[in-house]
Amino acid sequence: MTDVAAPIRRKRVLPGFTLSLGTTLLYLTLIILIPVLALVLKGAEIGPERFLRIITSPRTLAALKITVTAAAVATLFNALYGLLMAWVLVRYEFPGKRLLDALMDIPFALPTAVAGLALTALFSANGWFGSVLESAGISVVYTIWGIIIAMTFTSIPFVVRTVQPVLEDLDPTLEQAAVTLGARPWTIFTRIVFPAILPAFLAGSTIAFARSLGEFGAVVFIAGNKPNETEIASLLAFIRLEEYDYAGAAAIALVLLIMALTLLLISNLIQIWSARHREPR
Amino acid sequence: MNTLALSPPRPRASLVPKLLIGLAVVLTALLVIAPLTYIFYRALSEGWAVYAKNITDPQTLHAIWLTALVALIVVPVNMAFGIAAAWAVAKHRFPGRGLLVTLIEIPFSISPIIAGICYLLLYGRQGLLGPFLLEHDLKIMFALPGIVLVTMFVTAPFVAREVLPLMQAQGTEQEEAAVTLGASGWQIFRRVTLPNIKWALLYGAVLCSARAVGEFGGVSVVSGNVRGQTNTLPLQVELLFNDLNVVGAFAAASTLTLIALVALVVKSLLEVRGKG
Amino acid sequence: MILSKFRAAALALAIGATPAVAQDKILNVSYDIARELFEALNPEFQKHWQEKTGRTVTIDQSHGGSSKQARAILEGLDADVVTFNQETDVDVLAKAGLVAEDWRNAFPNGASPYYSLPAFLVREGNPKNIKDWSDLTRDDVQAVFPNPKTSGNGRYTYLAAYAYALEQNGGDQAKAQEFVRKILSQVPVFDTGGRAATQTFAEREIGDVLITFEAETAGIAKQYADRGFVAVTPSTSLFAAFPIALVAQNAERKGTTEVSTEYLNWLYSPEAQDTLAENHYRVTDKDVAAKFADQQPEVKLLTVDDVFGGWDKVTEEHFAEGGILDQVFVNQ
Repeated sequence: MTDVAAPIRRKRVLPGFTLSLGTTLLYLTLIILIPVLALVLKGAEIGPERFLRIITSPRTLAALKITVTAAAVATLFNALYGLLMAWVLVRYEFPGKRLLDALMDIPFALPTAVAGLALTALFSANGWFGSVLESAGISVVYTIWGIIIAMTFTSIPFVVRTVQPVLEDLDPTLEQAAVTLGARPWTIFTRIVFPAILPAFLAGSTIAFARSLGEFGAVVFIAGNKPNETEIASLLAFIRLEEYDYAGAAAIALVLLIMALTLLLISNLIQIWSARHREPR
Repeated sequence: MNTLALSPPRPRASLVPKLLIGLAVVLTALLVIAPLTYIFYRALSEGWAVYAKNITDPQTLHAIWLTALVALIVVPVNMAFGIAAAWAVAKHRFPGRGLLVTLIEIPFSISPIIAGICYLLLYGRQGLLGPFLLEHDLKIMFALPGIVLVTMFVTAPFVAREVLPLMQAQGTEQEEAAVTLGASGWQIFRRVTLPNIKWALLYGAVLCSARAVGEFGGVSVVSGNVRGQTNTLPLQVELLFNDLNVVGAFAAASTLTLIALVALVVKSLLEVRGKG
Repeated sequence: MILSKFRAAALALAIGATPAVAQDKILNVSYDIARELFEALNPEFQKHWQEKTGRTVTIDQSHGGSSKQARAILEGLDADVVTFNQETDVDVLAKAGLVAEDWRNAFPNGASPYYSLPAFLVREGNPKNIKDWSDLTRDDVQAVFPNPKTSGNGRYTYLAAYAYALEQNGGDQAKAQEFVRKILSQVPVFDTGGRAATQTFAEREIGDVLITFEAETAGIAKQYADRGFVAVTPSTSLFAAFPIALVAQNAERKGTTEVSTEYLNWLYSPEAQDTLAENHYRVTDKDVAAKFADQQPEVKLLTVDDVFGGWDKVTEEHFAEGGILDQVFVNQ
């Protein structure tokens, strides 16, 4: 990576490096890496030919397309909503703000199955929202919109919680200077604020997207689970398991994992890169 | 945070803030408050007596106890891990930091069901370690250890992700100053670092507990769903739903929601104290 | 009071597998919709065991999709007995050596103490006038049943429709495939398990007809009496065996072979058969069957062996990846 210059710039003076890194690596290996390695080994069992056949079959491709599309729409929504919430929670004072702030974490805390149950009940034709939408000719439950709503709900906190601290830490002098120079609020936002929070914003959106790709519990309740229409990739992996086809399931899971990991890696590199550029302030 | 000296720009006397606040409240009401309200609405739809009966059902009580036990084991371990990981990444420079942070985030991007399957492939009877475990009569899957392990996996990143950005933002100057004053590693951590990160640490722990209490997909794979024995609270919700006891299911779900709400309110109060 | 119960639960958990009084304890791993059934049967068996041996027995229950349950046992779930709704799932256990190779001969009637068949549940007054499988292909009829790829219940529905179409069309495979393709294309949602499909139909009010085992349709009609659901038995359906087996490897290790075997044998007793019939299963005991005859309409039952040439063949031709089910289900 790009750390070549680091040792020259700063000598390692703080203690506990070996201990902390050792603990981290040990835990990481035992709890995360080895189980994931077991999955990779299982996926590798079937050989490259069958692996390719599984992941390029029309059904898998359709499921991946649906998953990615729904996750993209959900992430787009959450990016805008998260930005709005972060802005409102940091910049304005109003009654009930603290409650609103706390509510942002609910989707993390609620079991996905419970979220799925509640959302399905709300949006089904005899539910609170569903009855209104249905009379307008829109059906949500058992369509791709249902998948999008479930994914949106489960990944709400990511963007808000990554942008919020950066926005709080933002140096206000620049903005104040811009105000005295007569800049319009929108100009200030696009020229000063947004560029500063962009790395965090991108990172948050990436994690939201990665999380949506793998979401299962909430989605199966609200999606129709029809092949080529509302069947998500995780369900396909689940179906392979029901057929006692561990390797097939592992293959699909690996595709999702690789997609998510690539995105996360890019987003982390962006964050580390931007942290380094902010450092000498 | 450390922006106390300068207040944010003076609120502009325009409609924009009101509009934005309004929009934020409306969207949150639709997206988050409505599902929450619905859970309590359904849980109480047959009155308090039925609600109380549903909550005090021995199997549900057992599920609550088991879930609490799992969280009590998982959260401290993940706090220790989170601090160690954040200390290593934020206070030191070494190649591969980006990769390390990404690896810590793997659980975010793996469907919990797949996480459960990873553990089955490892510790299941047919798994890599299966024969060894069977020979020594060690039971990991379909028992408490399996549930704890999978929950650890799913919640591993939460504390690290809260503590790490803060440690990074705070830099290393204070600790370095302590070193020059001759403080030991443990002293530095306890006297300098911990006070700086304690709110983020607490917040991470709160999120981690909430998530641990609510974990469903992964646990459902490794629990075996034995009634009144290996059913955690989220599984109990599913079980009651499938028993056609919808009100009971939402009652159990409401206890989960309450736990989450209380945790978040506590965090919120602590934050006020921490900042004030 | 809550606290004391809580403490009792905590204590039970702490003590775990070493109860104070010597008593028997078995785990029955079962299919999704058998919840109420075993809740009714188990206390009767506990009484029977007490009378016979003077010992007490605890029966733990685990319910879920048949294949998911079999997989859990393969991976180490300590089941002493299985009561499934899919013979193939017991075969999987036999192949792994957990269950005896010839498990079908270990108990009477091919180790199936009771049986059922895919049947219909329609809305109050049967507004769409659904009587038989052919009605499901009408454009205005939406059927709800679980995903045949994830649920044994759903597979039976698929096979029953297929068998019906074969019979109507003189064994024409192409026509039968067209028939099931049409039905599948009109299903609004495929839940992963039998109970979830029931919830979709009953709670969410989706679909015109729920297709699931007769035991479930009749039971739901009774449980939701205020909703006026009507159970409809089609003219022809598929015999669905509910296989039982002793998970010998586990039972031997845990020393529960005797009580487990007795438990399974007891399911054939008139007493158990009576409870089974009360829960809308069809039973083989002649007297009990006669007693409940008026609640269980005449139906022509086809078997998987006769129509499809046995489970091995069905699995290979229909349910394997890329098989007939995939063709009619996925490539609609």
